[in-house]
Amino acid sequence: MKKIHYREWGIKSPVYWGLLAVLGVIMAAGGLAALYMEHNGHWVTGMNNQIVWGVPHVFAIFLIVAASGALNIAAFSSVFGKKIHKSLGRLSGILAMSLLVGGLLVLVLDLGQPTRLIVAMTKYNFKSIFAWNIFLYVGFLAIVAVYLYTMMERKAAKYYPTAGLVAFVWRLILTTGTGSIFGFIVARQGYDAAIMAPMFIIMSFAYGMAFYLLVLMFTFKMDGRPLGEKLLYRLKNLLGIFAAAVLYFVLVYHLTNLYGTENHEYEAFILRDGGIYTTLFWVGWIVLGLLVPMGIVFHPALGKTHGGIIAASLLVLLGGLVAMYVIVIGGQAFPMAMFPDKVIVASGFYDGVNGEPLYYAPSVWEFLLGIGGVAVALTATLVGVRLLKLLPVSLEDEIVDPHHS
Amino acid sequence: MSSKVDQKRREFMSVAGLAAAATVVAPGVFLHAAGAAPRSEPVTGKVRYGMLIDTTKCVDGCDDCVQGCEKENGLDLLRPPEGADPEAWDRQRPRWIRTVKVKDRLTGKVTTLPMMCQHCEYPPCQDVCPTGASFRRADGIVMVDRHICIGCRYCMMACPYKARSFIHEDIDEKLTRAPRGKGCVESCNLCVHRRDNGGTTTACQDACKHGAILFGDLNDPESEISQELRKRNNTQLRADLKLNTGVRYRGI
Repeated sequence: MKKIHYREWGIKSPVYWGLLAVLGVIMAAGGLAALYMEHNGHWVTGMNNQIVWGVPHVFAIFLIVAASGALNIAAFSSVFGKKIHKSLGRLSGILAMSLLVGGLLVLVLDLGQPTRLIVAMTKYNFKSIFAWNIFLYVGFLAIVAVYLYTMMERKAAKYYPTAGLVAFVWRLILTTGTGSIFGFIVARQGYDAAIMAPMFIIMSFAYGMAFYLLVLMFTFKMDGRPLGEKLLYRLKNLLGIFAAAVLYFVLVYHLTNLYGTENHEYEAFILRDGGIYTTLFWVGWIVLGLLVPMGIVFHPALGKTHGGIIAASLLVLLGGLVAMYVIVIGGQAFPMAMFPDKVIVASGFYDGVNGEPLYYAPSVWEFLLGIGGVAVALTATLVGVRLLKLLPVSLEDEIVDPHHS
Repeated sequence: MSSKVDQKRREFMSVAGLAAAATVVAPGVFLHAAGAAPRSEPVTGKVRYGMLIDTTKCVDGCDDCVQGCEKENGLDLLRPPEGADPEAWDRQRPRWIRTVKVKDRLTGKVTTLPMMCQHCEYPPCQDVCPTGASFRRADGIVMVDRHICIGCRYCMMACPYKARSFIHEDIDEKLTRAPRGKGCVESCNLCVHRRDNGGTTTACQDACKHGAILFGDLNDPESEISQELRKRNNTQLRADLKLNTGVRYRGI
């Protein structure tokens, strides 16, 4: 492997500022939406006392999960010794941090009392996985920052393998924590499953890789930097494998549920009778979000085109958002089993009368906030690669030499 | 000579110390002697407040308990925000107690019952709350400290009884005994203000003319609720979760 040189993203200033302006408008829209919701209260959203977490949580959790996954590309090099990935590590670090910041912003701005963030930072209930997550998220940012430093500063290079290992273990714990937000909820039929944590980890692999591929291809294309085919194919094959792994976990999750009679109604809701949630599950998550991108990346011709790889990555991300919608909203929409051997025939609080799903119609403000979070993540990444030496000058196959991994 | 001075100093110190101690302690002593309100004493775990709901006495179509609760806790003061869709608002407005009608899957028997916070001994809402705002008092009352609730709604996700409400709007009018604010979560607190002022009932119990709701101390074997609970079987909702609820039902 030849020596890799890194250089700041050198696209022309008007293009760079133009990009930032577009992202700035999206971020401003997200910020204004957050202000609007905060000023009026959550009644202007589609959320209610039945569906308490709405679209902002869908985006926030999706971005946080993707963040930990984006770090994998760096980890492949420093933990698993795949030298080919070493040149990709810096972008992996900055993307992971940016996605996490974007996700956290959405999460925090959707709080009922966002100004009380200081309370969340000073008062802890350590039995709460949320409280742990505050440490896991802040710790992730700090550890990845140090990890990036060991990649970029020659004097710190000797700590690179250690930092890589710590970062990788940390990211596994972090996604375990995120998955456990749902895994630990005993009250709801769709959650309360230990498989939630590993499933979220494998989802993070796929979404992180999809984000990474898109950002890598975009930044290299815009800057005219060479990107070797073999390296690109390796990454897109990994994307396909991760999508297959997500499919496997979804299959195991539902098969396990189907075996227990107590879960039959929930399974029927998601897989067959749940209306929008069933459609989103099959069409959005399984077919468009997993099977189609797998078909594309493993297709002998399509998988070798940039268009195909971009489409597959976008579909995996779209499927990821849909997956979160099915998990977060669908899981709440299914009525809780408050009376397992009875049917609720009337209720003064919308308790899922006759098994009817609970009602939620997301508002535009919620989507704007969520998309704003994505824009924050992309902006932070683009500013990062513009200011710091994060992108390799070339990723030509002769330079990264995929045959000597 | 020096030992004499020391002796005097010692005597002075002990008198001064006694005087200081008396100054600090006396008001407390006098307060006790005057039989002050219970709110001056810390809540104790010697009592555990709970309720027994006799669904066989509960009448279909009656919602007196709901009305009583709403009046007592200022929920009847809430108005839909300007421009709010009435149907959407109805799903967003808080309810501490609601009536639910259930039908047995096997026998078809229909039961009407009031649902509220079940005041678990091991409340899932308390477990998941990141700041500790969701807490259980020593006397068994589960409630929200609205000074440190950040409005994350994780407790609402975790509650198996859907007992909690989020305040979705600005509050114009509220009662001193039931403070509330936009962006916080709240739920039935067994009329905690009555507990702290020496009251012996809850608003829902007072409102129920059918005598279906009985409030009391589960730890006192002589209390009416304990005696009633001993007399006949009672049910915990979602007993499989082993939360040891403070609210028990009869007839379901």
